[in-house]
Amino acid sequence: MPHESVVLGAPAAVRTDRTQARARAARNRTLLVHGTRVLLLVGLLALWEGLARAAVIDPFNFSMPSKIWDQITQWAIDGTPQGSLWEQIWYTLYEALFGWIIGVIGGVVLGIALGRIRFLADVLGPYIKVLNALPRIVLAPIFLIWFGLGPASKVASAVVLVFFPVFFNAFQGAREVDRNLVANSRILGASNRQVTLQVVIPSATSWIFTSLHVSFGFALIGAIVGEYIGATKGLGLLVSASQGTFNAAGVYAAMAILAVVALLAEGLLAFLEKRLFRWKPADTSADR
Amino acid sequence: MNSHHVPAIELRGASKAFRTPSGALHTAVRDLDLVVERGEFVAVVGPTGCGKSTSLTLISGLEEPTSGDVLVAGEPVRGIGDRTGFVFQQDAVFPWRTVLSNVMAGPRFRGVPKDRARERAREWLARVGLAAFEDRYPHQLSGGQRKRVALAATFVNDPELLLMDEPFSALDVQTRALMSDELLDLWSDTGASVVFVTHDLEESIALADKVVVMTAGPATVKEVFAIDLPRPRRVEEVRLEPRFVEIYREIWSSLGEEVRITRERGATHAA
Repeated sequence: MPHESVVLGAPAAVRTDRTQARARAARNRTLLVHGTRVLLLVGLLALWEGLARAAVIDPFNFSMPSKIWDQITQWAIDGTPQGSLWEQIWYTLYEALFGWIIGVIGGVVLGIALGRIRFLADVLGPYIKVLNALPRIVLAPIFLIWFGLGPASKVASAVVLVFFPVFFNAFQGAREVDRNLVANSRILGASNRQVTLQVVIPSATSWIFTSLHVSFGFALIGAIVGEYIGATKGLGLLVSASQGTFNAAGVYAAMAILAVVALLAEGLLAFLEKRLFRWKPADTSADR
Repeated sequence: MNSHHVPAIELRGASKAFRTPSGALHTAVRDLDLVVERGEFVAVVGPTGCGKSTSLTLISGLEEPTSGDVLVAGEPVRGIGDRTGFVFQQDAVFPWRTVLSNVMAGPRFRGVPKDRARERAREWLARVGLAAFEDRYPHQLSGGQRKRVALAATFVNDPELLLMDEPFSALDVQTRALMSDELLDLWSDTGASVVFVTHDLEESIALADKVVVMTAGPATVKEVFAIDLPRPRRVEEVRLEPRFVEIYREIWSSLGEEVRITRERGATHAA
């Protein structure tokens, strides 16, 4: 407020006081939110720990936070029965990432192709609907039979989980391109190929990116379920091995590690998205 | 003009019908006869929603006529010609490209080398007064500035035919007058033939050499009026001239009837 400092000294001083007070209130609110958040977590964990120690809930079945923490540190330091913890994390991540990349590329390419080529969409449409209606997680045992205990079967189940949401979003994105934009680029001299590469794909990216967030979670699910059913390495194997030895703390520990891995991946995607969408208005609710 | 001159655009009995989503056949334009001479500025006015814009999509080659002929420079239109420019009613700039890159798009699509395209784009950005904005993205510009980008992106291709579909209708009144003057300036340097579709009679008289009045939909040509106001014109000034008012009254007696018909149809539909 530059013009206000020109006015009398007293009101200006009051203004700045109030500005400061407002800033302080905003800071306090942020602190309060974060503080309450941490307290809630600590409270829940303490309650769990307390109830388990007092044997109100069965510590054998429900375990307790301190045991889970011990399990994680023990895995981290001494390694798991299947080898070092980092190796398990790496295997799961590798399978998920590999499956995700293949699924995303397949989904985007086919989605854009079907969105642009009417004939393909008409021919393949019903088949894709049928495949999508299939509960794809039941394919994991089949992949295990086909591809064996190694990473290939997990990559395959990650691919089928990732492909469909990405495909449908890319397809929708290619279909919903602003018709004016396409007409304009054709008038400006764009060939069909140029329209696809320089108009349809950029317009569909925001659709595709929405699906990327969800689908990375799906890739992790695919890898974990695959490992859970049968594997030689990975976090899913850790879960099933812990379950097999009635080690509840082990199951929870693997879950906690998975959650951290998923959150980190999500953060990375959000960062990439921000870089890629510099052309978009920062606030979508602002009028254009 | 010699005896066997070829007009820039000629429509002979052109009709266009669309299938509506419900399967019915909707005729947008019927038996359209229209001649646009080289370098002529023709405005097409008609009631809202009568099918004026369809005549532009036929000339541009975006759509083919159901029957009749559309000739550009004496040749039947087959696909989109590379001498055509089209300014759309809505924003049709690429939101993910910067202003400079938007203006470069046309030449780049047509295979002009990058350096040459950038050079030409900069020239046109300077002419529309956006030289300082070349690194901005469209969402950072005002509506009038985005329209300027669209004009630069169209003119950079050196179009011989300039088709404009209510290009300024989304702008506020002052910006609109300003843009109209700028359009006249840009056009007078290029000698392009213009078809300017609008529902605003004032705008059409102020800009054009010839005003074509369309009937209520399905649209066809009702009457053609020559506008004998001297050029160069300033939009805000020319509309105060007595001759302007005279022309306006004359054309409105023809257009007003079609507007009334459209309105009554709307009323019966609503009832």
